[in-house]
Amino acid sequence: MRLSLILRTAARLLVPLMILFSVFLMLRGHNEAGGGFIGGLVSASAFALYAMAYGTQDARRALYADPRTLMASGVGIALVSALIPLFSGAPFFKGLWTTLPGGVKLGTPILFDIGVYLLVVGMTLVVIYELDDDGLSLFPRDNRPGTTPPSSPAA
Amino acid sequence: MDADLLLILPLVLPLAAAVLALLFRNVPRVQAGINLISMSGVLAVSLGLLAMINEQGIQSFASGGWPAPFGIVLVADYLSVIMLIVSAIIGVAVAVYAIPNIDAERVHFGFYPFMNLLMLGINGSFLTGDLFNLYVWFEVMLISSFVLIVLGNTEDQLAGAVKYVMINLVSSLFFLTGAGLVYGTAGTLNMAELALVLNEVESSGLVTIISMMFLISFGIKAALFPLFFWLPASYHTPPAAVSAFFAGLLTKVGVYAMIRVFTLLFTQDIGYTHTTMLMWVAGLTMVTGVLGAAAQNDFRRVLSFHIVSQIGYMIMGLAIYTPLALIGAVFYIIHHIIVKANLFLVSGVAQRLGGSFSLKKLKGLYAHHPGLAILFLIPAFSLAGFPPLSGFWAKLVLAKAGIEAGAYGIVAVAIAVGLFTMFSMTKIWVKAFLPGSSDPDAAENDATERRPMTMGTRLMYVPIAALAGITIMISVFAGPVFDLAERSANELSDSSAYIEAVLGHEESAADPYTRLDLDRRSGGVHAP
Repeated sequence: MRLSLILRTAARLLVPLMILFSVFLMLRGHNEAGGGFIGGLVSASAFALYAMAYGTQDARRALYADPRTLMASGVGIALVSALIPLFSGAPFFKGLWTTLPGGVKLGTPILFDIGVYLLVVGMTLVVIYELDDDGLSLFPRDNRPGTTPPSSPAA
Repeated sequence: MDADLLLILPLVLPLAAAVLALLFRNVPRVQAGINLISMSGVLAVSLGLLAMINEQGIQSFASGGWPAPFGIVLVADYLSVIMLIVSAIIGVAVAVYAIPNIDAERVHFGFYPFMNLLMLGINGSFLTGDLFNLYVWFEVMLISSFVLIVLGNTEDQLAGAVKYVMINLVSSLFFLTGAGLVYGTAGTLNMAELALVLNEVESSGLVTIISMMFLISFGIKAALFPLFFWLPASYHTPPAAVSAFFAGLLTKVGVYAMIRVFTLLFTQDIGYTHTTMLMWVAGLTMVTGVLGAAAQNDFRRVLSFHIVSQIGYMIMGLAIYTPLALIGAVFYIIHHIIVKANLFLVSGVAQRLGGSFSLKKLKGLYAHHPGLAILFLIPAFSLAGFPPLSGFWAKLVLAKAGIEAGAYGIVAVAIAVGLFTMFSMTKIWVKAFLPGSSDPDAAENDATERRPMTMGTRLMYVPIAALAGITIMISVFAGPVFDLAERSANELSDSSAYIEAVLGHEESAADPYTRLDLDRRSGGVHAP
């Protein structure tokens, strides 16, 4: 598949919006529709879109962290959110909340959602990047815009 | 230590270890160390939990502070804690054995994280007091085992894994349907509350039908007749460390779940569920397993069929359903997990030294490796029920229970199957360990062509010797193990202690429905 100018331009606009939206979904999640899982999926699809527009090499670079590290830290953060109550004498997995000045509520369920978010992003991207390594012709191989790799026929 | 902490740690330790192992995915040594620490930690915690149960009775913990019938509870009674300890022993043994046995590629693709996630699923299944939560732990276990069984991507593994995955998905479907029907009938999934409510259900026929759904689901997981064929088709394909872990533990989680639901929940129509269905299934499982083994020529396939046949003995104890028979079932599980995992570990060393898992190619191991031969004989004779090894005591208790209960047919089957087990173990002994097999295929593989003893192979001997030592301990100190099994059987025969430990109110035992009052319900809600 060759690089599409339209897709690249659209991706440049859409990807930041999608990531912002995914964070919004995650934070909204505890009381309304949304949550870490769906937020993570939206965020992962942002990176998937980026990979389709620019190739997985660029997408990996844009993410900075290895997706598997994201998975591990996601589960780790979720576990920590379950362990925090133990230190204040509450039972394992109890949701603890505190209100910051200005009426913002913070609690361990948010931490849990962040963990889920990171896990879903990492997990989805591992799968997507792995598909690319297996040569699925969904992703462009060439980073130069507008060129067609000589080996593959135009899509 | 705090009781709640002891109940949580068997779950927290493997999960934390999985996270750390994934973070250190490029440093195999660190991963192996984390794995060993986590498995040993689970063993230590389980022993602590046993001490606590000895002192204070059944422990339960309401996760997140949500009280019993509404939230998910973790419960540790004698059966749970016995299972925890024995699986942690296998966990430690496999953690050591895996260091030389698992190749760099499999480690790179996440052997250690998934090993710990599998342990998490197993421990969760033993500890949960909630039927749906049990389903979730089964899924955790299954998904990790799916990965472990295909890790390495060899053709055999994929062929075995397809059968394993498909049949286990069917099993999950039955489990989920059963859980849905239970919830629709009883309005709760908390096992202690179900134990009360299911007895009050008017249409007891429906409860029996539901119990058969669970029989099919757990029967697949435990590899009961006629749903066992996935096991010998898949267990011989992954590396020895993985198949030893599977062989020791996975089917036994199914047996555990079966004992749990058929002692706690479904005791309304024992004449049908236990004395008819379970009894027949147990007998047929024993017979088909042992006959299947006789036709095999692969070290691990012989052992795999024997898992099936041995599961029959455990279910036999459950089917007779007297306190003595339950003691026999629990004793049998303890003995079997140690012995069976050990035999698979031995097969891995035999493969390393003799170059193959095939009994047609292996021969003369005794001449060059008498130590291994002795370490094979201990679990093999124990499996066959040779006195005075642990399998003999387990079978003796079961046979005595069967005769006392008048179930002569199943006792006769059990004894006959024991003889055939002897035959299979002798076959492995003759073909793999004694020289001069007359098989023409063996000629191409000269016995003198042996692999040298490396450091790695020596390390593999350590867990094998330790497990053989434990088998001897169980044989010599059968009395204390019997006592432990007896205490567990007493709890299983009379579930009131379990129910009280979970629900915590004696008046609720008299009238289960009062607890569904609205004021109690709102008492459990903590709005953020």
